[in-house]
Amino acid sequence: MLDDFFVRALVAGIGVALVAGPLGCFIVWRRIAYYGDTLAHSALLGIALALLLEVDITLAVFLMSAAISLILVVLQRRERLSSDALLGLLSHSALALGLVCLAFMTWVRVDLMGFLFGDILAVSKTDIAVIYGGGALILAVLAMIWRPLFAATVNRDLAAAEGLDPDRANLVFMLLMALVVAIAMKIVGVLLVTALLIIPAATARWFSRGPEQMALLAAAIGVAAVVAGLYASLEWNTPSGPSIVVAAFAFFLVGLSSLARNRYAGAVPPEPRE
Amino acid sequence: MLSPAQTLLRLEDAGRYASGKWLVRGVDLTVDRGEIVTLIGPNGSGKSTTAKMACGIARPDEGRVIRDPALRIGYVPQKLSVDWTLPLTVSRLMRLTVSLSKADAEAALKEVGIAHLAGADVQTLSGGEFQRAMLARAIARKPDLLILDEPVQGVDFSGEIALYELISEIRGRLGCGILLISHDLHVVMAATDSVVCLNGHVCCKGSPKSVLESPEYRRLFGGRAAATLALYEHHHDHTHLPDGRVLHADGTVTAHCHPDDGHHHGPDATTGQKERGEGDA
Repeated sequence: MLDDFFVRALVAGIGVALVAGPLGCFIVWRRIAYYGDTLAHSALLGIALALLLEVDITLAVFLMSAAISLILVVLQRRERLSSDALLGLLSHSALALGLVCLAFMTWVRVDLMGFLFGDILAVSKTDIAVIYGGGALILAVLAMIWRPLFAATVNRDLAAAEGLDPDRANLVFMLLMALVVAIAMKIVGVLLVTALLIIPAATARWFSRGPEQMALLAAAIGVAAVVAGLYASLEWNTPSGPSIVVAAFAFFLVGLSSLARNRYAGAVPPEPRE
Repeated sequence: MLSPAQTLLRLEDAGRYASGKWLVRGVDLTVDRGEIVTLIGPNGSGKSTTAKMACGIARPDEGRVIRDPALRIGYVPQKLSVDWTLPLTVSRLMRLTVSLSKADAEAALKEVGIAHLAGADVQTLSGGEFQRAMLARAIARKPDLLILDEPVQGVDFSGEIALYELISEIRGRLGCGILLISHDLHVVMAATDSVVCLNGHVCCKGSPKSVLESPEYRRLFGGRAAATLALYEHHHDHTHLPDGRVLHADGTVTAHCHPDDGHHHGPDATTGQKERGEGDA
């Protein structure tokens, strides 16, 4: 069954979506979409280094994203730094550096578009093993740190005062983000990884009353987007990554319109407090 | 060292330094079991910083904070807004930092009078309801020490009084110590056992009654000392300039303020140790 490239893409995409949904919820709750972008863009630099040093691409991308994560965590502890400008600087510098490095390496033939936007043809059985192994690890660790991470998302000081360790949970979360970027890159490409993280989560918000429910729903919506997007890309010969993201966006719009219909049924998210 | 079983928390000459200035210095205070200690002071006087040192979020850069590591703390932070992207009901908020049986969660909500709101989204609560929910969450974990940073913000005046009465009741029922941060002493007066007034350092302290009756208090807080409101508007002996330096009443300007730098009220101006037992339930 896995001999068919399309089935491999489907299985791999579903694996990525199952992980991206719950992680993406935290990105939405914490308003760190730009952070995800920075990690994803730095992945291209990781790819360039992997090709240069002839090491495994997924591993190199994980290490690069993890390094950027740690740099950001350290820099953010110095509270006076503007993290918005810092993220923008790191994000685009890493992307540009990666592109320049790849251009210099004339001896390697790379499918740049595949890296930027994902390539279903490139998914191998090994990739699937990596996605499901890494994905299981991510979900297991996320379940372990769920309470301190969620409490720290609501309020860091509160979590710290009541004996949880929010800083450790944050650090672990950043490493999980690096890992999800590394495994999702093949499916949607470095430019669109963040979309797969946040669009299903944002869509799930319309229909959720609790954080755990929203995480599960985000995973389900992500899976639906992958299936719909990949079939569409097969049907109309469109690139796989963007097709998945467009499908996810379509689900978001459906959610939005059903929300508008239910406006008087009390399903409207209230205005932010204060 | 802490005296056995009675003193929950002691700050000794504690101070915290950040971004090139002292946020607060020379804070001495203790909170005993069953006692409500109120920190008052103007904005930027180091109340929240002191609270953060007390519950271990911020480490003191000088002096020390003595607290049993096993002490169970319930904390209500000063600013907490839940983004609407985060779906959170009151009953889920109750289980934020600890596993809780349904019965315990309901009991805590009932205690603060919002049992009917268990299923409500926290974003839909009014200011008073939200603060009650935060209070319920903090007491549901049966804390030894409650640290409440401005627990009545966003609450109207009659709601404020009701909330302080509630806090006082909670102290009686749980037998916990409470460190309360407030900038409106006129309402807190009735509920508190001991008052510590901060203005970058401990400006004065004592039981509210002894503070009111003492000649030191009259000297400190001026001619309207008889009116409780005057306590809120009392004059400090120095002003913090926008650049962080300190302008003292004697006209000198120093980089920081510290009780021993010679520019402050003498020790005679403080009301001394709190009179223990007075006003206790």
